[in-house]
Formats: sequence, C-alpha cells, structure tokens
Amino acid sequence: MSAPSISAVTLAPHRIAAMVLRYVYLLRSSWTRLVELIYWPAVQLLVWGFLQFYIAQNSGFFARASGVFIAAVLMWDVLFRGQLGFSVSFLEEMWSRNLTNLMISPLRPIEFVCALMIMSLIRLAIGMLPVTFLAMAFFGFNVYALGLALAAFFVNLILTSWAVGIVVAGVLLRNGMGAESLAWTLMFVLMPLTCVYYPVSVLPDWLQVIAWTLPPTYVFEGMRALLMEHVIRADLMLEAFALNALYFAAGVLAFLQLLKSARRVGSLLQTGE
Amino acid sequence: MLNAVEPAIAVDQLVKVYKTTRAVDGISFALERGSITGLLGGNGAGKTTTIAMITGLVMPTSGTVKVLGAAMPRQRYQVLHEMNFESPHVDMPHRLTVRQNLKVFGRLYAVEDLDGRIAALAREFDLSEFLDRPTGKLSAGQKTRVALAKALINSPRVLLLDEPTASLDPDTADWVRGHLERFRRERGATVLLASHNMSEVERLCERVIIMKRGHIEDDDTPQRLLVRYGRQTLEEVFLDVARGRGETREAAQ
Repeated sequence: MSAPSISAVTLAPHRIAAMVLRYVYLLRSSWTRLVELIYWPAVQLLVWGFLQFYIAQNSGFFARASGVFIAAVLMWDVLFRGQLGFSVSFLEEMWSRNLTNLMISPLRPIEFVCALMIMSLIRLAIGMLPVTFLAMAFFGFNVYALGLALAAFFVNLILTSWAVGIVVAGVLLRNGMGAESLAWTLMFVLMPLTCVYYPVSVLPDWLQVIAWTLPPTYVFEGMRALLMEHVIRADLMLEAFALNALYFAAGVLAFLQLLKSARRVGSLLQTGE
Repeated sequence: MLNAVEPAIAVDQLVKVYKTTRAVDGISFALERGSITGLLGGNGAGKTTTIAMITGLVMPTSGTVKVLGAAMPRQRYQVLHEMNFESPHVDMPHRLTVRQNLKVFGRLYAVEDLDGRIAALAREFDLSEFLDRPTGKLSAGQKTRVALAKALINSPRVLLLDEPTASLDPDTADWVRGHLERFRRERGATVLLASHNMSEVERLCERVIIMKRGHIEDDDTPQRLLVRYGRQTLEEVFLDVARGRGETREAAQ
C-alpha cells in the first residue's frame, strides 16, 4: 500500500468553503430537506421518552435512572445522524451526477472529506438542537446539564460517525450506487453491539469482547455511569478517543485507497448502479 | 515547475484494460499548445476512456499521459486548475441555480473577480435571464450552455470536450462552436474534442485522430484525410474507417 502523495493531503480553506457553500445552497433550496432533518429525531425522542416515562412509573430502578433512555436516544442520534449527514451530502453528488465535475476540479479528496464533516455538523445542529429543547419541554430532561461529559460524549460519537461515513463514501466511489444502502444501514449493524440502551454486561462474553472494540460502547457506558451512578468515567472517554483516532485514520486511508482503486477500475466514470 | 515547451497533452503507449477488455490499446499522440484536435470513433472506440485518463479520472494500465508537463494522474493537482471538461454525461446539481453552480465551481478554481467572470460568461452564453433559475429547470440546450460556462469558468489552458453539442439544435450548436473557436483563439487554449458530429469536427479541428477498438486508426488534418481516402466529407472517411474500408481503399491506390 503506497502512502498518499503530499498534494493529496494539502488543504485549501477556500475549496472547503466552496463545497460547504454548495451544500448550504442545497439545504436552503428545499424546506422539506430541513424538516426531514428534525422529523425523525423528534419522533424517536417522543416514542422513547414516553416509554421511559411509563416504565419509571412502574419501576423503582428506572425512576432512579431518570433520563437514561432519553439521553441514549439523543446520543444514538448524534452517532447515526452524524454519519447520515456526512453520507447524504456525499450521495447528493452521485444523485446529481456531479462527482466527475468535482473529481476533475482542483478539489483534493481530503478537502472534500473536510467539507462533508462540516456539513455533518451543520445538519446535526439543525436536526438535534430543536430536539434537545423538545426533551426539556416534554420530559424535563436537560442534556446540557451533563456539561463537559456531554462534550466528551459528542466528540467521541461524531468521530466514530465520520470514520464510518468516510469508509461508506469510499465504498460508494469504488462500487457506485449499488452500495447506497450501506449509507442508510451500516450504523444499525453497530447498534446492538454498542449497547445503546443496555449495559455491556448483558451481552454474552464473546460479544462483549467485540463491543469493547467500538468507541460508542465506551460513550454509552460512560453515559449510564453518569446518569445512574453520578460518576464521570474519564477513563472510558480517553479509551474511546484513542480507538476513534485509530479508526478515523484507518477510515481516511481506506477512503484514499478506495479512491485509487476507483481510478484503476474506472468507476469514477460510471457512478450509477 | 511545469515545462513550458512540452506539448499541452502528450500520450505515450497508453493502455487501459478493464478486466479482459482492452479499452485503449497502446495509443500515442502529442497535442501542440493552442491546437484544436478532434477525437473521432464509434461507440466503444476508447475516446471517453482516453479523455478520462487525460483528466486523471482513470488510471492507465500502462503508458503515460502528461498534461502541460505534469504526469497524470500522479501530478494532477499541479495542472487541474488549468484544465476543464464538459460532457453531456455529467450534470451539475439540479436544485442549485445557475449562478450558485457557477459560484461554487468558480471558488473551487479560485477564479478572481468571480462575479465579473460569471456576468461575462452569462453574456457570452446568453444565460443572463436564467442565472437565478434552478439548473434542473432548464431545457437540455440551456443546460449544455451552463455546462460550457462552467467548463470555461477558469479560462482553462487545456479544455476537454466530450460531445459538447450533442443535445443542441443545429442553430445553437453552430453558435456554441463559434464561441469555442473564439475562446480557443483568444486564450490560446488547447482543445481536445470527442465528437460524433463530423461537420463539427470538420469546422473546428485542425487535426483529427480516429480511434477504433482502442487503437488509433488514423491521425491527420481533415483536408489530408479527405484526399487520402478520396472522400468529400469526414463522415465518409469515418464510415470507411469504421467499416474497415480504409485499408482496402489505400491498398488499391
């Protein structure tokens, strides 16, 4: 495996800004796209919030663990919507058959990835900020009260979402739209293993080993420790960050290799199915 | 530092194999700076793959491509800002307005005085009244004009065109050819034009490369090709080559 050339990793802010502008124009052109960003997280929150409300009335344990489901829903959405925000922006180029124009422009792959990460944050902010206020209004749960821990949870989850998004973008470049379903479903493979709604200890021993290789598992365990035992597990956050750094770097390398392979097999010319 | 005296495009023993298909099979040519060359060939002749290797979109199996002295695709970022490409098989985001699309590409190419450049292109390609309309709502001909405006946004020194007038009515196509001719003359740009339209190639190109099944079958000026094949039009020459009559005719002579 050859190392990427220096020019491939040089960044020009004006080109990143141009790509962000392109996606902002797109979001501004369609109110349905904006509503869609909020719709699913809001529905998800309401369903799980009311479920938690019901269980808490009938179980002393869940009454003590106030907000754990709601926090899990919000954190899961950071992970899932973060990746989706990245992948959908990339898919927009394939849907509009614009990828060739970008690939023959001076835009570097890393700049493209940076623009997609920024868009993932913008889309997440549009979708999630109103939902956090909804959680306060309906269930009296203030996620911002988690303070610095929330920042650690967020950074770790968004890094995982980007690592997955980068790999999905590489596979789409290499395999075309036939791989589109990956963008929508890949994160759900991780859902049972990252233990969003239950502790790692409920998994069989051999699955626990796999679960602990995934950074979000550390975040969800840390979140439960904070909400149920009022303990901040900085150790878990640091371990998650180390794993994320590894996966993110591996994701970028995989993307560059898949792009190189796409150039070899000619799939940048045929970005359809 | 790019070499100022090398040809604009230099292709040497270029081969591209997709699995078992040799899409391009050992072609070589060099295009002088400021020249305009037609790349002719039927479907599957290897024209699009050749252009894709020149832009760096596709990696050659063997052989080399140099654009303005830079080896493609390895040194592509040294020259991509000096190049551009237009093809009816490539679109621009439909929901963005023409102005927004041109702005995005202008910024990607770091075009100075971008608003002025967009206004000039809008005047040149008669796009002023569509500038704030979504690109997807334009007719095929209008979209082609927008795509050409995008291809000229950075005043490229190397312009690659894949059937640039394919979806245009004869009048608009003729008008576009006039603009391309003028752009090439004023900018001193090198243009490589893949086309099925023989009259277009005859009018615009000072040199014609005819490809068939990945090979270069012939390479000369339109006038010399007509004389050599004993034909009145390039279309007849093209049919002779496509149907394998060229060699027979030449042998008979």
